[in-house]
Amino acid sequence: MQAIYQSPLFLPLVMTVVIIGVFPLLAGYIVLVERKVLADFQVRLGPMRVGPHGLLQPIADALKLLLKEDIIPTNADKFIFWMAPVISTFTALTAFAVLPFTEQLRVADVNVGLLVVSAMSSVGILGIILGGWASNSHYPLLGGLRSAAQLVSYEVALGLALVSGVMSAGTLSMVGIVKTQLARGVWGAFDNFGFMLVPFVIYIIAATAETNRAPFDLPEAESELVAGFHTEYSGFRWALYFLAEYANIFVVSSVAVTLFLGGWLRPFPSVKWLEIPLNYGVPVLLFAGSGVASFPLAKRLKSHIHRVGLIGMAMLLVLLGLLLLVPAVNAAVAGFFWFFVKVSSLVYLMIWFRGTFPRFRYDQLMNIGWKWLIPIGMGCILVNALLGLAGA
Amino acid sequence: MDVILFLLFAAIAVACGVNLVVQKHPIASALSLVGVMGSLAVLYLLLGAEFIAAAQVIVYAGAIMVLFLFVIMLLNAGGEPKTPGKSRMAGLLGIPLMAVLLGLLSYLVQRALPKPAGVTFGAFTGGKPYDVGKAIFTEYMLPFEITSVLILIAILGAIVLARKEID
Amino acid sequence: MFANYLPTGAEYFRLLPEMILTAAGTLIMVLEPLTGYRRKRFLGHLALAGLLAALWAAVVAYSSPGPAFNRLIVVDGFATFFRVLVIVVGILTVLSCWDFLARHKAESGEFYSLILFSVVGQCVMVSANELITLFIGLEVSSIATYVLAGYLRDDKRANEAALKYFLLGSFATAFLLYGVAWIYGVTGTTNLVDIRQILESRDVIHPILAVSTAAALMFVGFAFKVSAAPFQIWAPDVYQGAPTPVAAFMSAGPKAAGFAILLRVYLTAFGPIDQSWVPFVWTCALATMVIGNFAALAQNNVKRLLAYSSIAHAGYIMVAVATGTAPGAAAAMFYLAAYAFMNVGAFVVVSHISGRGERKVNIDDLAGLSSRQPLTAALFSVFLLSLIGVPLTGGFFGKFYIFKAAIDSQLYWLTILGLLTSAVAAYYYLRLIVVMYMRPAVDGEEELPPLGGGLKTALWASALGTLALGIFPSAVLNFAGASGAMLVR
Repeated sequence: MQAIYQSPLFLPLVMTVVIIGVFPLLAGYIVLVERKVLADFQVRLGPMRVGPHGLLQPIADALKLLLKEDIIPTNADKFIFWMAPVISTFTALTAFAVLPFTEQLRVADVNVGLLVVSAMSSVGILGIILGGWASNSHYPLLGGLRSAAQLVSYEVALGLALVSGVMSAGTLSMVGIVKTQLARGVWGAFDNFGFMLVPFVIYIIAATAETNRAPFDLPEAESELVAGFHTEYSGFRWALYFLAEYANIFVVSSVAVTLFLGGWLRPFPSVKWLEIPLNYGVPVLLFAGSGVASFPLAKRLKSHIHRVGLIGMAMLLVLLGLLLLVPAVNAAVAGFFWFFVKVSSLVYLMIWFRGTFPRFRYDQLMNIGWKWLIPIGMGCILVNALLGLAGA
Repeated sequence: MDVILFLLFAAIAVACGVNLVVQKHPIASALSLVGVMGSLAVLYLLLGAEFIAAAQVIVYAGAIMVLFLFVIMLLNAGGEPKTPGKSRMAGLLGIPLMAVLLGLLSYLVQRALPKPAGVTFGAFTGGKPYDVGKAIFTEYMLPFEITSVLILIAILGAIVLARKEID
Repeated sequence: MFANYLPTGAEYFRLLPEMILTAAGTLIMVLEPLTGYRRKRFLGHLALAGLLAALWAAVVAYSSPGPAFNRLIVVDGFATFFRVLVIVVGILTVLSCWDFLARHKAESGEFYSLILFSVVGQCVMVSANELITLFIGLEVSSIATYVLAGYLRDDKRANEAALKYFLLGSFATAFLLYGVAWIYGVTGTTNLVDIRQILESRDVIHPILAVSTAAALMFVGFAFKVSAAPFQIWAPDVYQGAPTPVAAFMSAGPKAAGFAILLRVYLTAFGPIDQSWVPFVWTCALATMVIGNFAALAQNNVKRLLAYSSIAHAGYIMVAVATGTAPGAAAAMFYLAAYAFMNVGAFVVVSHISGRGERKVNIDDLAGLSSRQPLTAALFSVFLLSLIGVPLTGGFFGKFYIFKAAIDSQLYWLTILGLLTSAVAAYYYLRLIVVMYMRPAVDGEEELPPLGGGLKTALWASALGTLALGIFPSAVLNFAGASGAMLVR
């Protein structure tokens, strides 16, 4: 037994299984959060029926998708129609392999980690345009063409922003990038006298476009193209596309966090005395505080089962918060906590975009990409190099 | 393990390459090309050229093939019509003869080349981004810079060939 | 740590022509949108100035010969000779294209930029001392030429020419690259001098079959670029479809650069194994001479005829390569210089008489040229006589030195066949002269426009070059002989 734990392949394998097993659930809940948040923006309730406050909605949706009839359009290219969502999902999940959740908690640390992520996102485009083409239908074809043009354009801007980030990190290894930020004592986004915020903003904009999210969701613009490239998809295959989309959101957020927001590092990683208040204070307050705050809410609930359930949850949260006070546990979990908090914030930001901005017109989209983001991204590289020289 | 992976991906690359030629539909051919590019990336990786492998996937399997597919879809190119009058004898005789020819060729190549100790997987360590960057910006700086002229020409060519009518 | 890789001033100096040309090309691109529609000629003058500056730089750079940039390029007599040659071809092309472009209302900065960049590629090619640099120079030169061939976008034949040239050309360069990979696999280096040393050294066992395969694969690429048989198929269609000034450029500049790298790679790097590559160069030379000359007999279109004639001339130069000796290399260099002047001159005349839309390019359209424009006809005759190889023209001494080198290397059969095919060639060149002088002009033919300034200069320069090489060959020949000897040292 001992041997298995010590094998270098053990942790990566476990992580792989966990990611593949847990992520679909996580994606489901990201969707739920998205629906709830959007509903809140629009002053409505969002899903409420399944489970308390709609908490079981994702599971119901997943079950529904699994059981739905799988429709293949006549004259569709069957093989490619089957393969396209698989390509999308496969590439999106493969990118997880190089994400460092913490220094130890990762599948692999390769010295071209960032390139692996770019590679997977660039191959992932194939899934979308092939899906659009194979459906043998007009709306999907247009959606596929649009997405190909959009993704190829914004990939350039994304790459340029990444280059700026890599320049100050000096390595392409995801773990190495975070370690450099630790050594320099500052998050990537605030490096080079704060100039790195510019590539960070470019990255966020381009990443939103790369993931086909509003306001760049032209490939699946409902009002023009029904649902874009996945109009003809249904059931499980459609679910795969959905999974891939949310996996991509998670991946681009994680890359942003790793490159610009210090990965698993806490805020102000170089300030020693902040370690206790930040690493202990913030998570404990978050968990225990939200647990304690739930008790008065529970009193207002009418249903007995709901009340018991909420109190149980609140106790669990308080317990978790207290558990984090144990130094050994804290040391193990703090990094993961910060990583996850940052990624969640970025995912929330993307949902916020969707609730706020109207969709761009196609020419506006291309203008932003080619006339603004790419020149600014190139300029960033130049300025970064000069600032790097000045700093050295 | 390395040898097994090598044989596997070499076989995939060859199979995809053959499929690329045999397929009648341009999309199927393009997808086979993606397969070839992907397997080549794995072969590079096995030989220790990590950066080249990643670049291969990003540039070829990703960007270039997407543009290929984009153009094929935009032109809505269909499959080639079946060429009539193809003799069955050609297939029956041709395939074994081609196999014999290729076998002879590979035998000759093997005879001709010196007997090295064989390729050791993982023996090469100069494939990291640092090594590639260093080679490009020191020893091979001149070709690298001339390549920028090449790209300039490509842009110029696009402008010249895609402009509106001369008037 | 990398300080010893920083190029020194002398190294930049050796790269000066390329740098000037690139700067001029980029400047033209920047100025293009700022120049008014009627004032594009200004960009042409700018291109001319850039080329002249580069010509000066190429000559001056020879004052400090030697390798540069980590031995990737080398400035020696050979490189300087060909740099001057390709830059002169560029100058002649720019001079001769003004009337043509104005006639087709297609003057734009891109044309001049592409010419300049193509010349950059050829300069890099001829001075490359290493296979990767050589390959990239070749690609720079070729891709610019592909675009130039399709420059008249609305012309269907130009489109066909560009596409055909591009597809076949990429295929051929792939062979070249594959050969480079082989040679790197066998010797572990791409530097030409190092390859020679490895092949020469007796203690390293190199597999002769593998090296020969590499040489053969690379030969495919080179033979395509110089339009030698059996890779000449593209040439007639492309020369016919491309705009005539571009055809003039293609038939001289890239071809000279192609032969330059062929000579440098085969004599310098593969010199020690010449017994394995001389046979296929020999066969290629023979086939090229025969195919080029006999196919030219049947042509009625002057551009196609000149295309086949350019194939035939590639065959003669191939004979010089097949000798594998320094005198052979020198003869090839001399021939290429003479050929550049006479062939560009001939194409310039064709571009002058072709008219709008290049409709008048048949042999019959030459009828009565002697009375319509005596000067043009006379100069055309000079070029054609030189292409035949009549004494007192550059073409004569070119052929003379090549066949002399061939006899010295005991290539008797090639010499005999070369002379026989030259006799065949005399027929179709003389036919043009006969039509010009003996047949009266067709009535109702619209007047030919007078020769423009640029065109006139280009014609006179080519004619002077042709005659100068025919009357005073020794200076050029001595220089070629000395630098050719450096290749096989």
